[in-house]
Amino acid sequence: MKIVTICGAGIGSSGILKVNAERVLQRLGLTATVVAADIASVGRVAADAQVILTSAEFVEAIGPTRADVVVIENYFDTDELSVKLEAAIG
Amino acid sequence: MSLPALADRAIVLHARAHDWRAAVRLAGDALVESGCTTAEYTEAMIRMVDDHGPYIVIAPGLALAHARPGSDVRCDGLSVVTLAQPVEFGHAHNDPVRVVIGLAGVAPDAHLEAVAQLANAFNNADAIPALAEATTRDEVRAILTGGAPA
Repeated sequence: MKIVTICGAGIGSSGILKVNAERVLQRLGLTATVVAADIASVGRVAADAQVILTSAEFVEAIGPTRADVVVIENYFDTDELSVKLEAAIG
Repeated sequence: MSLPALADRAIVLHARAHDWRAAVRLAGDALVESGCTTAEYTEAMIRMVDDHGPYIVIAPGLALAHARPGSDVRCDGLSVVTLAQPVEFGHAHNDPVRVVIGLAGVAPDAHLEAVAQLANAFNNADAIPALAEATTRDEVRAILTGGAPA
């Protein structure tokens, strides 16, 4: 399984999401590759992704995709991330 | 890149900003002051919000200001600005902002270790209010290295 985290620069906020998504996956006992990327490269990087984690601001720019686009409000709330990731994956 | 030791110049406490641009600029100025970036990087951080919206407000009360690595970044750096008066960034859930973190990295991958440490500090929900209330730079350093009082 592949999960892509998206922000404007592909560093910083998407990096925070990547780190916390990996922590949550481990807690849930799930295995996935998590890649941080910028919005400009989402088409390429997320072509084979099952889940895209991002902020509400990027949903429109991500456009049509086969992946589940999951909007995270508090990047540091691993409970929010856990509930939303489990819903998207399960 | 692990979290760079925060120099005094990189920490600005209870600063005044009349809007989000001024708040991001304070974080950018602190990066410039600490010798890590040029003024162009500050403008690039502001442009990220102009281009993409207030997504840098990644948690209640916290903005993570950053832009892409480039020639305007001289070294990996971090700055912390706390605001005397909270500032609206226009975020649907996480406004108003009381703490702005400025982040700069010379290479994309180098950021991850630093952001992992930021995540360590801020996954503690008390860290953002504690930072906003901090009165000394040592308090800020302690909170960011996970030593925040519960």
